[in-house]
Order: sequence, then structure tokens, then C-alpha cells
Amino acid sequence: MAQRKRNNDIKFLSSPQFGNNKKKYCRFKKAGIKYVDYKDPNFLLKFVNAQGKILSRRSTGNSLKFQRRVATAIKRARHLALMPYVADQLK
Amino acid sequence: MIRQYETVFIFSPVLNDSEAKKATQEYVQFLKDGGAEIVAEDLWGLKQLAYPIRKRTTGIYFVVEYKGEGAVIDKMEVNAKRDPNVLRFLTVKLDKYAIDYNDKKRKGLISKYKEERLAKEAAENSETNKTEE
Repeated sequence: MAQRKRNNDIKFLSSPQFGNNKKKYCRFKKAGIKYVDYKDPNFLLKFVNAQGKILSRRSTGNSLKFQRRVATAIKRARHLALMPYVADQLK
Repeated sequence: MIRQYETVFIFSPVLNDSEAKKATQEYVQFLKDGGAEIVAEDLWGLKQLAYPIRKRTTGIYFVVEYKGEGAVIDKMEVNAKRDPNVLRFLTVKLDKYAIDYNDKKRKGLISKYKEERLAKEAAENSETNKTEE
């Protein structure tokens, strides 16, 4: 019993994602997309969480330039009631 | 300075088809009178709103793209604000990438909208065939 507990401890001494070096990338730069369309809510849904909040760059991997454009597009879509300001169970 | 703009209107769902068309044409005409050149107009039709606006849960979406001086927009927006049939509107200045994107979207070069274009072409073809007959 005690032995097993110690093994578990050792398992989580380092981050579970240690050694899993996946480089983040900006999908706009990679795909060569120059303009983020605010009239396309289905695409913008990729950049919000289930509550309709805008996801951070840390989780989407967007470059600063496109994170700004995505954020503006989402805010415009919200104004036009294409996307909700607040929601639950969006996904 | 002449720039390209795009305005999205949400009209009240109480309008029927012909009324909605009339209401949209009023704004298009207003822009034309103000010296703007209409690049494209698109009536999306009745759509579900993501949240209620003035106790309405649906709205008629209309998009108009135009080139012109900025001054005409102010006048048009005053009209839109006073119009009880307009639930909401948004005017956006288009940069060169946006113009390019909208152009490609209209031509159906963007894969997402390809099916839409094919459907439209098929409809147009059948119509022209009918008139030929």
C-alpha cells in the first residue's frame, strides 16, 4: 500500500506533459488567412469557451496580431447577436 | 476620402418579405443619394438571434457593401436609430484584406462558401433555361 502511494508521488513530481514538446503555432499564419470575418459565427466559435468567453492566446496559440483581430471579430459578432455575450453549454 | 464600408442591419421580424425588401431598398437608395457607390447587397433573411433584442428572438439580416465618403454614414445611422424597424446595425470600415475576402466570398473561391455558390449557379441556370424555353 505504502509502496504504491510512493510510486504515485513520483509520477507527479514532473509535469504530466513533460517531454511532450508540441510547438504552438498561429493557425492564421499557417493557413495564410489575412482577414477574420465577423459574419461567420461558426468559425469564431473555435475561439470561445462553453460560456462564450474569448479564449486566451495561451490556449489558442494565436499570434498577437490575429488574437486582436479574432477578439474584435467576436465582439462585433456579439453586437449583431450572431454570438451570445453570455451562455452556458455553448459546446 | 473614398473608402469602402460595410453595414449590417437587423430588421424587425414583423416585416414580411416584400416589406423587408422595401425597407432595405430605402437604405440602399439613401446611400446612393448620398453619393455612395453600392458594391454588393445581400439579404440573409430571417435568422435566430443569439439573445433577445427588444423582446424579439429573430431578425432579418441585411448586409450592404459600398464605396463612398464617410459623411453619408452619419446621416444613414441617424435614420437607422430613429427607425423602429431596425433592431440593430453595425458599420465597419473594410481594409484591403477584407475587400479581397468579400470579393472572393462572392465569387465562391473560399471553400466554405463553395456549396452556396454552386447552389446559386444551379438556381440561376435553371431560371435562364426556363426563360429560354
